[in-house]
Amino acid sequence: MSEAVNILDQEIDRSKMTVSDEVAIQISDMNKWYGEFHVLREINLTVYRGERIVVCGPSGSGKSTLIRCINKLEEHQQGDIVVDGIELNSDLKNIDKVRAEVGMVFQHFNLFPHLTILENCTLAPIWVRKTPKREAEETAMHFLERVKIPEQANKYPGQLSGGQQQRVAIARSLCMNPRIMLFDEPTSALDPEMISEVLDTMISLAEEGMTMICVTHEMGFARKVANRVIFMDQGQIVEQNEPEEFFTNPKSDRTKLFLSQILGH
Amino acid sequence: MSDKQIAFVASGQIPESPPPPSTTGVIGWLRENLFSSITNSILTILAIGLIVLMIPGIIQWAFVDGVWIASSLKECREINAHGACWAVIVERFDQFIYGFYPSDERWRPNLAFILLLVALVPALFDNVPYRGAGLMFSASYPIIAYWLIWGGSFWGIVAFAAAFVVAYGVFQAVSKIFEGEGATIGLILGLVAAVVWMLVAIDPVADTIHDAIPLGLEPVASNKLGGFLLATIIGIAGIVLSLPIGIVLALGRRSSMPYIQTVCIVFIEFIRGVPLITLLFVANVVLNYFFPPGSNLDLILRVVIMVTLFSSAYMAEVIRGGLAALPQGQYEAADSLGLDYWKSMRLIIMPQALKISIPNIVSSFIGLFKDTTLVVVIGLLDPVGLIGTTRADSAWNGIIWEFYVFVGLFFFVVCFGMSRYSMYLERKLKTDR
Repeated sequence: MSEAVNILDQEIDRSKMTVSDEVAIQISDMNKWYGEFHVLREINLTVYRGERIVVCGPSGSGKSTLIRCINKLEEHQQGDIVVDGIELNSDLKNIDKVRAEVGMVFQHFNLFPHLTILENCTLAPIWVRKTPKREAEETAMHFLERVKIPEQANKYPGQLSGGQQQRVAIARSLCMNPRIMLFDEPTSALDPEMISEVLDTMISLAEEGMTMICVTHEMGFARKVANRVIFMDQGQIVEQNEPEEFFTNPKSDRTKLFLSQILGH
Repeated sequence: MSDKQIAFVASGQIPESPPPPSTTGVIGWLRENLFSSITNSILTILAIGLIVLMIPGIIQWAFVDGVWIASSLKECREINAHGACWAVIVERFDQFIYGFYPSDERWRPNLAFILLLVALVPALFDNVPYRGAGLMFSASYPIIAYWLIWGGSFWGIVAFAAAFVVAYGVFQAVSKIFEGEGATIGLILGLVAAVVWMLVAIDPVADTIHDAIPLGLEPVASNKLGGFLLATIIGIAGIVLSLPIGIVLALGRRSSMPYIQTVCIVFIEFIRGVPLITLLFVANVVLNYFFPPGSNLDLILRVVIMVTLFSSAYMAEVIRGGLAALPQGQYEAADSLGLDYWKSMRLIIMPQALKISIPNIVSSFIGLFKDTTLVVVIGLLDPVGLIGTTRADSAWNGIIWEFYVFVGLFFFVVCFGMSRYSMYLERKLKTDR
């Protein structure tokens, strides 16, 4: 495990981390194929508002594909996905509506290199939400302060370190006021000393009660922040449980093997 | 072995020091670039020798022995038998610039050229004052220039410009009605409206106003145009039109809609597979068959259409290269923020793809501009065509070098200018450090 775990020793303010009965995401009997390859099999998952879910599993298990289906970066062929009451089908209007409500953070940040940090953050609010430019910039500065890099606002992404870029990417998503955040291995492309600053930002988001689904290998983060850990293997949800129970008392052999491999050294 | 020391602690920070003097400044540059090895040194000395051999001869021929005023090649040779006979260029200068444009009306192309420079400034540089208004002028420049050069009724041009207003109006109205897909439908309906306006309304509207308030310039026929004026018209029209058409074709070729994709692929592959000269012959002879009987499309307009189509096919492939070079993550990030197709193309994808493609786009532009000399094969008198007619004059028969040096210099200056601009643009758009 990386050094980053140290920052997880801090106490977490759990006062706002409450799970409500309201359903945020409902996935039922979902199947997906890449050509002939059955990549997601019979996925059933209900996410309640305020939940912090960590999805883990060996590479190629379909965990990234699963969360990419939630905002339709990938298309599923069977089953239903309902996000925030909006059904994801081929209706372009619905897709754009869902995407505006669901923030996504990528492994490789995917900031827009031709725009400044501030422009990266204000682009979607201005063009999708039709927010006036002044207001969008104020919001953007607010979130850049929250991720602790307001002084970089007028630089370009290429001038920032990986950790800073990922925090900008989080701020960029937050500027759209999303109700759900998806994290696709947000720390996997970072140098070890930068992982903690990103995890720190994610923890503070969780403390505010954000609904989050994180694909990550940071098991320390999962233990501390998640209310549910999902283990996937070969396109299937193999096991899910509360973190304490999941790590100390895994039920399936595949989970045991996986945990022994990543925690064993 | 046992006394080998492993432990080490730095006793302090080593202070910064300047690099050795022989690696910086002029001497450092010379060493590194011209005399870095024995082979390099030999090549440097050989190259210097070659330059010393050539330059004085060229200067002697062009300037020291050059004859600037004479009325025939014979006279030239009598004044100085070994020098360049620039007198022919001096005498035929106006023809090389304007072709056979009526001399009383030459203020019109002159004005059009000055306005061209004015229109280029806001389009090429972003740190000029009043850029918004300047861009409006740049956008309307083609219509103004057309009217200045070809003349005719002022109201005809106004009615033509109104087609764009009609198209824009329809586009705005339609995109408001249909959300989501509105931009695509609006674009198509806007184009249809503009075409309908052009076919049905232009002539009656223009004629009616013209009868009431006659206002216009002396018309000048296309066969009077020639020289650098002609090359510039075809070149600039081709450049300005081929970029947007190329962008649309490149996007179409990557489209997920099979019909649009097929149309774009067929167009690009067909046009790229045919020599430009063939297309020019088609423009000259065949194109009229495709238009309704009675409509006589101007030859220069036909040539511009063909040159534009030819160039836009290449442009499409250049831009497609830029699109392919963008990481998939950029598309995904734009999608995940809820931007629709057109917005993500316009704000995220195209700015980056075009930036990657700048060197190749400018290469295409330069190629297109030089290819305008091919119009000589269908009898248009561009600068190269004028060389032929001038040499047919018995007074100047026998001159070769001077023409090609002059015409070559013109093309070089313009193309070098484009190349320098592209380098400026690349530097300016560099944001990664």
